[in-house]
Amino acid sequence: MALYGWTGRILRVNLTDGTTKAEPLNEQWAREYIGGRGVGARYLYEEVDPRIHPLDSANKIIFATGPLTGTSASCGARYMVITKGLQTNTITTSNSGGHWGPELKFAGYDLVILEGKAPRPVYLWIYNDHVEIRDAAHLWGKTVFETEDRIRTELGQPDAIIASIGPAGENLVKFACIMNDKHRAAGRSGVGAVMGSKNLKAIAVRGTRGVRLANPQKFMEAHWALKKKLKLHPVTGAGLPTYGTDVLMNVINEVGTLPTRNFREAQFEGAYNISGEELREKRLITNKACFACTIACGRVNRLGEGAGRWAVTTHPRNWKIATEGPEYEPAWALGADTGVSDLDAVIKANYVCNELGLDPISMGATLAAAMEMYETGTIGDAQTGMPLRFGSAEALVRMVEATAYREGFGNELAEGAMRMTARFGRPELFMGVKGSEFPAYDPRAVQGMGLTYATSNRGACHLKSYTIAPELLGIPEKLDPHTTENKAFWVKLFQDVTSVFDASGVCIFLTFGIGLEDLWPELAAATGTEYTLDDLLKAGERIWNLERLWNQKAGFTAKDDTLPKRILEEPIPAGPTQGQVNRLHEMLPEYYRLRGWTEDGRPTPEKLAELGIPA
Amino acid sequence: MKALNIIPEKCTGCMQCELACSWVQTGTFQPSRSLIRVNIFDELASYSPYTCFQCEEAWCMTSCPTNAIAISPATGAKVVLEQVCVGCGLCAIACPFGTVFYNPDTHKAYKCDLCAGDPACAKACPTGAIEYSEVGREAPWLEPWREMVNQNYLDVISG
Repeated sequence: MALYGWTGRILRVNLTDGTTKAEPLNEQWAREYIGGRGVGARYLYEEVDPRIHPLDSANKIIFATGPLTGTSASCGARYMVITKGLQTNTITTSNSGGHWGPELKFAGYDLVILEGKAPRPVYLWIYNDHVEIRDAAHLWGKTVFETEDRIRTELGQPDAIIASIGPAGENLVKFACIMNDKHRAAGRSGVGAVMGSKNLKAIAVRGTRGVRLANPQKFMEAHWALKKKLKLHPVTGAGLPTYGTDVLMNVINEVGTLPTRNFREAQFEGAYNISGEELREKRLITNKACFACTIACGRVNRLGEGAGRWAVTTHPRNWKIATEGPEYEPAWALGADTGVSDLDAVIKANYVCNELGLDPISMGATLAAAMEMYETGTIGDAQTGMPLRFGSAEALVRMVEATAYREGFGNELAEGAMRMTARFGRPELFMGVKGSEFPAYDPRAVQGMGLTYATSNRGACHLKSYTIAPELLGIPEKLDPHTTENKAFWVKLFQDVTSVFDASGVCIFLTFGIGLEDLWPELAAATGTEYTLDDLLKAGERIWNLERLWNQKAGFTAKDDTLPKRILEEPIPAGPTQGQVNRLHEMLPEYYRLRGWTEDGRPTPEKLAELGIPA
Repeated sequence: MKALNIIPEKCTGCMQCELACSWVQTGTFQPSRSLIRVNIFDELASYSPYTCFQCEEAWCMTSCPTNAIAISPATGAKVVLEQVCVGCGLCAIACPFGTVFYNPDTHKAYKCDLCAGDPACAKACPTGAIEYSEVGREAPWLEPWREMVNQNYLDVISG
């Protein structure tokens, strides 16, 4: 049977012996796990032993698109990178937008599975059926931007879309990203370092084929209805296009949820300086959309003249006058978390993160932990080479560069907050879960986010169940952020629904404006699979349980579903949320119960049988 | 008479127009077959959709040896008559703007025909960067561009 939505082919590349092979997609898995994050996880579950070291050549990296990637479905731009993450040792599913995922679909592949390890630096060139492993010795050490330009030039393909790693990935920085379209990142959990360990510098793709749909008429109707809904919604139709994701900065700060100076406080006095409003007024040139995106939250901001000492001078041709970002999370991590309120320094640090292939969330959070160690006297100038005080823009920009190249104290920062704080005997200063640093919401002030962080399958991650939406923004209904009541239910629901969105190949920002019931007709019409709404929720649950099971086999237990001591025991010192701690113990047992897991958080054989997951 | 009025400042580079156009052309989502192309100028932070101008002095039409390009009475668009087209590709070469294409599957030329008066790209654009509106309204960004082009021309003829 012909497949629709999916292209029905996967590309398998063995980097060790340089062979490439197109294979048929496992159709049953495609229907059960939808695509993207789901199918990718299923392949990883089948093919990779969870107990291996992430840098072992037996680890594989899977680039996966969903059935809606490359269609005109709003925000159908996403691809997922699935592998065993270096920073977390869990299964990792890092998502990125831009144009790379659709281009892979146009080349005729749903997934690319990369195996083994190349003997010397290489990059992969995919042009429809033509797949070639090319030498990348001349690209090794180059920045992301330079790599993209050089590959396009040497291939003579101005339309090729490139996903690459920067020096951070080559130097195995624990939180290195895979970057595409220069400023889009599959950011967290250290996927870039896994790619670097395989000596793979980049994957360049050009595709000229089409994505076919099962029921075009129905699809277009669903697409138009969804698009209209997005346009009319205040968040996706006005807030995000006008101020970008950084619209959250003032909102989150106002309600005392903005973690400041390594989570010592929950309000930042300099928040306005790094907010979306300020960015729009002082820096914004234009909005930029990912492929097929009808929201266009991306910011293209001015730098160069006027940016003073933080002007970008490293790469004159690219983005001479402009850079993308910072988004809310980087602005928080590089700004509020390190106490820096100098907008130009934050923009510069964010630019350098993109250029060198670093995850700015982990970067900022790790630096914040180092700053707290410095201010409490654990480390001094002898180790750091410069004062690492909270609020020092100087330290921020210098350390970002040093980290990517592992120079001086950057070599310590490159290990991430968990390993760095443990090395200096201050593990309690690591603010994160399972090796991954927290993103920009204080879980003491928003109870549901605490459960989200604790139970996420790739460590502290806000994207796997964004309960900020109901708890603070009132989407789809307003919940009290300070109670734990019913939060387990919401977190589970959001985890399952988000899994479906991720698996479909669309952006989860859609969930601000629409629900699963709006995505469902699109998905059904594109794939021709008679999904019911329940089937989709079940698919989401299946993906979640599969990832959980994989982590369990990798050695993770309920003991890892926890939060740092500061979050559980040290109350927020001031502001509207003064006195709050996260009461995870009130939510976790209920969450396990709702999931149908045992009391120690293990999926039961019955649950696995019900979902059709092989144990 | 209506025409496609493109306002680059509003474009976000989302490719919805390319998707819609390729949909009309092929029934699949295949931007490589789109007749409207979004040019992305990263260094200038600028995006611009770009398609056939339906120019008055249509070189594609005048160059066609079989008179296969005609003017639609309803929209004024220059349209390829597939029955007459022999697929020689002269029109694609003649077009100074690169907006006439050759389809290797059908061996015919194809170009923007304004979707018979209901252009899919304009409908699909989420930011209003492509409008299908009455002509006669001068695009404000055109003036400096025209000055620049004319200046180049004057520079050339004055040596």
